[in-house]
Amino acid sequence: MIERLAIPICAALLLSACDDVSMTQQNRYRTFTRAALFDNGTEAQPLPDGVVAQGDLRRQSRSVQRPQVNAELLKRGRERYDIYCSPCHGLSGSGDGVVVQRGFPAPPSYHGSRLRAASAQHFFDVITNGHGVMFSYAARVDPSDRWGIVAYIRALQESQRANVADTPELRTRLP
Amino acid sequence: MTRNQPVPFSHEHHVGGLGLDCRYCHTSVEKARFAGLPPTETCMTCHSQLWTNAEMLAPVRASLARNTPIAWQRVNRLPDYVYFDHSIHVAKGVGCTTCHGPIDQMRLTRQAAPLTMQWCIDCHRSPQKALRPRDAVFDPKWSPPQNQEALGRKLMAEYHVRVDHLTDCSICHR
Ligand code: HEC
Ligand code: HEC
Ligand code: HEC
Ligand code: HEC
Ligand code: HEC
Ligand code: HEC
Repeated sequence: MIERLAIPICAALLLSACDDVSMTQQNRYRTFTRAALFDNGTEAQPLPDGVVAQGDLRRQSRSVQRPQVNAELLKRGRERYDIYCSPCHGLSGSGDGVVVQRGFPAPPSYHGSRLRAASAQHFFDVITNGHGVMFSYAARVDPSDRWGIVAYIRALQESQRANVADTPELRTRLP
Repeated sequence: MTRNQPVPFSHEHHVGGLGLDCRYCHTSVEKARFAGLPPTETCMTCHSQLWTNAEMLAPVRASLARNTPIAWQRVNRLPDYVYFDHSIHVAKGVGCTTCHGPIDQMRLTRQAAPLTMQWCIDCHRSPQKALRPRDAVFDPKWSPPQNQEALGRKLMAEYHVRVDHLTDCSICHR
C-alpha cells in the first residue's frame, strides 16, 4: 500500500513545487533580484574577507607594471577620461565640468604648476583612492585604464602649453 | 509604462541635461550580459556634495547609512527562458536607444520596445537597419542617416556580423 501511494504523492509534491509551468519565472536568483535569504536583502553579496577573485593577481600586477604609451593607450585613456572624469574636471582638464557648474566643489586645474609637476603615480593613486571630496574610481576604472587616463591627462597638460615656436608649420595656419 | 521607484531617478536630468555617459552608471554593459545598475556609492560621487538635503534623495542617504542597496524596480524584463547579452550587442554596434528608446528624454524610465521574440528576430534577420559606428553606440541623440542601409551593410562586414545562425532557437533559448 505504502509503495503504491509513494509514486503519486511524490509526483504531486514535485508538481506543486513549480507553480509556474510556463518557465517564465524560474526558481533562481537573477542579477540584482531581491533575496530575503540574505541579511542585506539582495542576491548581490559582498565577497568574504580575504577572497582573491580570478584575475585579481593579474589586475594587481597591472597597477605596478605601467603599459607602454602609444596611440591606442591614449585613445582608450581619452574615452575613459571623458566618461568618468570630464563631468567634473571638464573636457580640457581645467576643472570646470558640467557638475561643477551645478555647484559641486571645483577641482584644481590640471594645468596649474603643482599638478603639472606631480608624478604619474600621484594621478594613478588619486583615481584608486580618491582625494578629499572626490570619491575613489577604482571600482569602475581598472588599473590598465587608470594608466591610460594618466597618459591622456599628460597629453592634455602638454596641449595647454603648446608653443607655436615648437611647431613652425602651425604659424602659417594661425591668423 | 513606468515603475514606482524608491527614488524618482531621471535620465532626462542626468543624461539629457548633464550629458553623463551611460557607462558612468551602467559600468558592466560593455563587458557582461548585464548592463548593471549603479550602487549607491555612484550616486554619492555627486550627491555627497549636491542636493545633500533634498527630501527626494533621502532613500539614497539611508541606503548608504544602512549599507543596503536601493531596491530599483526592473523596467525591462525578459522571461527567464530567454538568454540575452548586452556586451555582444554593444560590441557589434547596436546602440542603447535602438532598444531602450529616447532615454535622454525620460523623466521616469519606461520600456520602449516590445521585447517579443518577433522584435528580436526582425533585427537578427536584418541588423543593417540598426547598426551604428561603434563610437555612436552610447549617443542618445544618434539617428540613422539617409544612407543607413548602405552604412549598415558596410558595418556588418567590418564587424563580421553574420546572420545565418542568428535566428537559430539555441541562440536565445539555451
Ligand atoms: C564628481 C566630481 C569628480 C569626478 C567625476 C572626478 N573628480 Fe577628480 N577631483 C574632484 C574634486 C572636487 C577634487 C578636489 C578634491 C579636494 O581637494 O578635496 C578632485 C581632485 C583631483 C585631482 C587632484 C588631486 C590633488 O593632488 O590635488 C586629480 C589628479 C583628480 N581629481 C583626478 C581625477 C580623475 C583622473 C578622474 C576620473 C577617473 C576624476 N578625478 C574624476 C572631483 C571629481
Ligand atoms: C547617473 C547614473 C545613470 C546614468 C548616467 C544612466 N543611467 Fe540608466 N539607470 C540609472 C538608474 C539609477 C536606473 C534604475 C532606475 C530606473 O529604472 O530609472 C537606470 C535604469 C536604466 C534602464 C532601465 C533598467 C531596467 O530596469 O530595465 C535603462 C534601459 C537605462 N537605465 C539605460 C541607460 C542609458 C541608455 C544611459 C545612457 C544614455 C543611461 N541609462 C545612463 C542610472 C543611470
Ligand atoms: C539589442 C537590444 C538592447 C540593446 C542594444 C541594449 N539593451 Fe539594455 N536591455 C535589453 C533587454 C532585452 C533588457 C532586459 C534583460 C533581461 O531581462 O534579462 C535590458 C536591460 C537593461 C538594463 C537593466 C539591467 C540589466 O542589465 O538587465 C539596463 C540598465 C540597460 N539595459 C542598459 C542598457 C545600456 C546602457 C545600453 C547601451 C550601452 C543597452 N542597455 C543596450 C536590450 C538592449
Ligand atoms: C555626475 C554627478 C551625478 C551623479 C553620479 C548622480 N547625480 Fe543626481 N543630480 C546631479 C545634479 C547636478 C542634479 C541637479 C540637476 C540639475 O541641476 O539639473 C541631480 C539631481 C538629482 C535629483 C533631483 C532632481 C531630479 O528630479 O532629477 C535626484 C532625485 C537625483 N539626482 C538622483 C540621483 C541618483 C539616484 C543617482 C544615482 C543613481 C544620481 N542622482 C547620480 C548629479 C548627479
Ligand atoms: C537592433 C538589432 C537587434 C535586436 C533588437 C536584438 N539583437 Fe541580438 N544581436 C544583434 C546583433 C547585430 C548581434 C551580433 C551578431 C554577431 O555577433 O554576428 C546579436 C547577437 C545576439 C546574441 C549572441 C549571439 C551569439 O552568437 O552568441 C544573442 C544571445 C542575442 N543577440 C539575443 C537577442 C535577444 C534575446 C533579443 C531580443 C530581446 C535581441 N538579441 C535583440 C542585433 C539585435
Ligand atoms: C533572437 C532571439 C530569439 C530566437 C532566435 C528565438 N526566440 Fe523564442 N523567444 C524569444 C523571446 C524574447 C521570447 C519571449 C517573448 C515574449 O515574452 O513575448 C521567446 C519566446 C518563445 C516561446 C514562448 C512563447 C510564448 O508565447 O510563451 C517559444 C515556445 C519559443 N520562443 C520558441 C522558439 C523557437 C522554436 C525558436 C527557433 C525557431 C526560437 N524561439 C528562436 C527570443 C528568441
